[in-house]
Amino acid sequence: MTAPPVLEVKNLNTSFLLPIGEVRALRDISFDVRRGEILGLVGESGSGKSITGFSINGLLSPPGQVMSGSIRLHGQEITGLTPAAMRQLRGAKIAMVFQDPMMTLNPVLKISLQMGDALRAHARLSEREARARSIAALEEVGIPAPEERLDAFPHQLSGGMRQRVAVAIALLHEPDLVIMDEPTTALDVTIQGQILALVQRLCRERGTALIWITHDLAVVAGIADRILVMYAGRIVEDGTIDELLDTPAHPYTRGLIDSVPTREQRGSRLRQIPGRMPALTDIPEGCTFRPRCSFATDACAAPQEMRSLGTRLVRCCHPLTEVSA
Amino acid sequence: MTEFIVKRLLQALLVLAVMTVLVFFGVNVIGNPVYIFASSECDQPCLDAIIKDLGLDRPIWEQYWVFIGNLLQGDLGNSFTHGVPAMSLIWQRLPATLELAFCALVIALTVGLPLGVAAGLRPTHWTSRVIMGFSMIAFSVPIFWIGLIMIIVFSVSLGWMPAVGRGDTVDILGVDLSLFTLDGLHHLAMPAFTLSLIMMAMVIRLTRAGMREVLFSDYIKFARANGIRERRILTLHVMRNILIPIVTVLGMEFGGVIAFAVVVESIFSWPGVGKMLIDAIAVLDRPLIVAYLIFVVIMFVTLNLITDIIYSLLDPRVRLGGNSS
Ligand SMILES: Nc1ncnc2c1ncn2[C@@H]1O[C@H](COP(=O)(O)OP(=O)(O)OP(=O)(O)O)[C@@H](O)[C@H]1O
Ligand SMILES: [Mg+2]
Repeated sequence: MTAPPVLEVKNLNTSFLLPIGEVRALRDISFDVRRGEILGLVGESGSGKSITGFSINGLLSPPGQVMSGSIRLHGQEITGLTPAAMRQLRGAKIAMVFQDPMMTLNPVLKISLQMGDALRAHARLSEREARARSIAALEEVGIPAPEERLDAFPHQLSGGMRQRVAVAIALLHEPDLVIMDEPTTALDVTIQGQILALVQRLCRERGTALIWITHDLAVVAGIADRILVMYAGRIVEDGTIDELLDTPAHPYTRGLIDSVPTREQRGSRLRQIPGRMPALTDIPEGCTFRPRCSFATDACAAPQEMRSLGTRLVRCCHPLTEVSA
Repeated sequence: MTEFIVKRLLQALLVLAVMTVLVFFGVNVIGNPVYIFASSECDQPCLDAIIKDLGLDRPIWEQYWVFIGNLLQGDLGNSFTHGVPAMSLIWQRLPATLELAFCALVIALTVGLPLGVAAGLRPTHWTSRVIMGFSMIAFSVPIFWIGLIMIIVFSVSLGWMPAVGRGDTVDILGVDLSLFTLDGLHHLAMPAFTLSLIMMAMVIRLTRAGMREVLFSDYIKFARANGIRERRILTLHVMRNILIPIVTVLGMEFGGVIAFAVVVESIFSWPGVGKMLIDAIAVLDRPLIVAYLIFVVIMFVTLNLITDIIYSLLDPRVRLGGNSS
């Protein structure tokens, strides 16, 4: 009765094979996403969030390469599929939306053509059918006068509209998994909220599994079921939204929560995590977060494995939940 | 659009007016045409008679007004050497030049675009280096030298190709063309190829540079994320963007190609306007030189106008006339 999760990632390692040597962008990434589940993937810039997305849908650009590990879609292994087989999954089963709506749509092609091509990538449709489906899809993402918008070029639409179009395109074939790579970061706050609510609604309605990538914990706090916290290419904490926000186990997660502005803190200085994320080329031995961690001890110099604490996973040898807080 | 074209035409008239001044007074500086008409035993009274007959005894500004007056009636004077209206000579020779330039353009595009795409797709592969090396050579080696080498190799040594002339022509709509006879094509091949080299090198470089830029853009990644076939992405989604700079540069360059077909026409004795200009300069045939220069200016202005219009059709972000919505 238990169907396999929509997506299972196990021990994924992704590297950039540069002339200076191998740069390991993702180390030992493992997680599942179930049908209808919304997973928040959080971490600061450069932690490997987008690379995780591109490793899954096979769009890593060289010299990036999945070195080892397994990625299963509905239980079926998809690493090692031929490019043609991967293409058939993209758009049909796995969709992805990017950060900057100004750059996501082709500036010299009409919306109708871009939607039509995306439709025909996985379905045989006449010009009229494609148009009808495009209009329906635009309506669904709340675009007024979709007929007219269809004949527009991207520059004739606002940023929020463009991102709605991108969402509409991504959802055209009702994919099982949607990866949203910071789709609201470039938008202003009200529009951000609208898109967030829209995607949440559509995915819930259809039972789509959703990975929402963001560097801003506050963005996913309201919609995600579960959160993965990434740091320097590793997952450092994995738990349900409630436990993670209420009792963060990893000092880095705690730092992220503390650096979100709240009302109570008004007037007081916002807490920040001191220092910065190390470059991938000089990751410290042992716990990667150690140099910035105020709880660090000698034990942290040893390599850190994922530990399970009840229902959650954490990569820390003395998680905050164990220290009397 | 109409407003834009009218504006452009007014600008063109201004350019033309300035050019007439430059051309007229410029040509007056280079030698005295009287000696062309005077036989060796012509004495001073005889010379004076010729001068008076040509109107050269009048003040230069008065000569200019006469010239402008005639120009406005479409009369650029009779060629000194041929004794027929200069403009009619140009019209007579123009098809040969246009044919040559047009073939060169077609060769440059049909060879340059695929080579540029290949070089852009695999920039580090050895084929790409060969292609870029070729474009470098085509760009920097003088074309008269390439033309001469080709004549030596293919005409003199191997005897495969004819070295001079247009070969058989057929009359198409009152214009003689070599393009539609086998013998004509045989004659056209070497000069057209020689003339195409610089354009071809530019097409290769622009295409490669465009590919490197466009291939890594978010919108191409998004197209791939939607499962659109690679072939479709290359031939439409990428190509549309690359063509914009190529059309612009070639449009600007094409006038130059026609104007400077002079060199190629001289080498291959191709009976076009360029060859005619060289002959006219050799004998100081003033009306013919002036007519040619005026013609070139008109051609440049027209080509630029056409380029702008095509450009605006290719790039929806450009609105001719300036008043955007
Ligand atoms: N072409 C490349 N060559 C070498 N390293 C790369 C390349 N592309 C990405 N990286 C490395 O991979 C790491 C992860 O990049 P990624 O784009 O996944 O970060 P991110 O978490 O999405 O950050 P952001 O919030 O800025 O989007 C970066 O630290 C970067 O240094
Ligand atoms: Mg990113």
